[in-house]
Amino acid sequence: MSLMNFMPTSMARRAIHTCLLLLGLMMAAGTANAELKIDITRGTVEPLPIAITKFIGDTVDEANYGKSISDVIAQDLERSGLFKPADSRAFIQSAEAMSSVPRFGDWRVIDVQALVQGRAEIVDDGRLRIEFRLWDVFAETQMVGLAYFTVPDNWRRVAHIIADSIYKRLTGEDGYFDTRVVFIAQQSGTGACRGTTPMNPFGKRLAIMDQDGENRRYLTDGSSLVLTPRFSPTLQEITYMSYHGNVPRVYIFNIDTGHQEVVGDFPGMTFSPRFSYDGETIIMSMAKDGNSDIYTLDLRTREDKQLTTHSGIDTSPSFSPDGKFIAFNSDRGGAQQLYVMSANGKNVRRISHGKGRYATPVWSPRGDLIAFTKLQSGRFFIGVMRPDGSGERLLAEDFKIEAPTWAPNGRVLMYFRKDRTNDDGSGGRSRLFTIDLTGDNEREVTTLCDASDPAWSPLNP
Amino acid sequence: MRLNILGVVAAVALVAACATDPEMTSDTEGDGASSEASSSSAPAGIMPGSEADLVVNVGARVYFAFDRFDLNDISRSTLERQAAWLKANPGVSVALEGHADERGTREYNLALGERRANAAKDYLVALGVSPDRIRTVSYGDERPVAMGSNETAWSQNRRAVTTVAGAGS
Repeated sequence: MSLMNFMPTSMARRAIHTCLLLLGLMMAAGTANAELKIDITRGTVEPLPIAITKFIGDTVDEANYGKSISDVIAQDLERSGLFKPADSRAFIQSAEAMSSVPRFGDWRVIDVQALVQGRAEIVDDGRLRIEFRLWDVFAETQMVGLAYFTVPDNWRRVAHIIADSIYKRLTGEDGYFDTRVVFIAQQSGTGACRGTTPMNPFGKRLAIMDQDGENRRYLTDGSSLVLTPRFSPTLQEITYMSYHGNVPRVYIFNIDTGHQEVVGDFPGMTFSPRFSYDGETIIMSMAKDGNSDIYTLDLRTREDKQLTTHSGIDTSPSFSPDGKFIAFNSDRGGAQQLYVMSANGKNVRRISHGKGRYATPVWSPRGDLIAFTKLQSGRFFIGVMRPDGSGERLLAEDFKIEAPTWAPNGRVLMYFRKDRTNDDGSGGRSRLFTIDLTGDNEREVTTLCDASDPAWSPLNP
Repeated sequence: MRLNILGVVAAVALVAACATDPEMTSDTEGDGASSEASSSSAPAGIMPGSEADLVVNVGARVYFAFDRFDLNDISRSTLERQAAWLKANPGVSVALEGHADERGTREYNLALGERRANAAKDYLVALGVSPDRIRTVSYGDERPVAMGSNETAWSQNRRAVTTVAGAGS
């Protein structure tokens, strides 16, 4: 009946064991019908109507876990803009009344195309067992059936993993719900998150949360100004910039241990760090005698290498996923523009040619696009272009929006938006938003404090 | 104009002609508006060679145009007074802080602040101040002195500030 899989986990993260639920009859029937699928490559997608029933449980505790999990799954899928969870008040068949196979007619009547059911159970060793099934209502087939074992406190993560599983089964693309975001939290205009000091006048702290804004916690204590965190694609590490000791330098922060370490021994300010996609190199800028150039630091050999030597400002470097190219921002031509060069610093060519200034290029994890910030006529924009500079599209615009970061599947961008500040210092709220690559479905990511400089993690290990 | 005493007088005249210069606004530090090149007239209670002496009697700030780091005549005259003051107070080391307004991306602003701090440092060194006495640090747009999202505030934030080492800004 069940096949045990073991997902790789680090010591500090809680294990989640996965079992495949097989329903032989239904699996066989599934091949005969047209597949239920969302094509997310089209410009505008009509959200797929889906019923996410309350996950049932025999005891009060189990029922509470079940309801919480199904709620998080519904929120994840709804926020993606690709799914429209049906109102549970319209449901004809109750979750409790569903045995192993639902009455599909009851679900077709309320116009849902996909149905999710599940169960939460606390097993003898105290772990939480959560099973779910995804049904194609019209083909009357099971599309996914899985069970997970984990410690009860980890229920939220299981919900994100289930949402990812549903997303992947119905879109063909990897999901991005079981991810985190590292960002800079700061005191808000309303006075929330107080913590300013003379050395850190906005109280900026390194913070981390789940992609949906939950499980927020601070990683630094606010004694030093910190900026521009970025996730390692391979390890539980963040590279960021700190003014610790009033010397601005690039650091690495280990999320599991809390250990912080300066990156390299450079004679000037190091800033704008970012990992290569293999996680083995940090690329960043170093400013010396007023001039900023781009350097790499090999994290194993600790050898640094200077890649640019131009007298212009060269900053915001970002590796391509294959590690062969680097996109960066330079004003060597007079004003900020985007450039691409080979990983050895050769073959520099400008790729941005539109009106205005261009900044913060970030290569998509899929390799097909570069996201950027654009400044034109006193307005800021978030946009994307192909690595050769063609196909520029602007997705969002405001007084100040900046710092796009990619979801690991390359379909969604997150960035921050800062409102105008009044002369008395009020206003100026800074918040995080996501938007689809299509330019649709802009959503705020709620944070308790003001927030900026988001960086999306890869899928959690 | 370099090292030309008359240049200071000319700079004072320029203040009146430069409507967009932040020094036209109510700047309590009086930089640019004063032609005093030393701390000889320090008010009672201000220690010669102190941070307060620099701010009140010399002028600690120089300002820049949008996305620029070149020094104008007013900035040069302020730095000439700073150089004279540094020579009169040979035991003092300073930090030159470079700042940008909010109309740029964070990382570019850090680089721009670094450029501005170094432009001011280079001029002090050209005037004979030892580079060993001057540390530079960029804060990008992280430490605005004026909060508003308007040109008046932005012009005050595009600056390089000389602070007595250890005194902070």
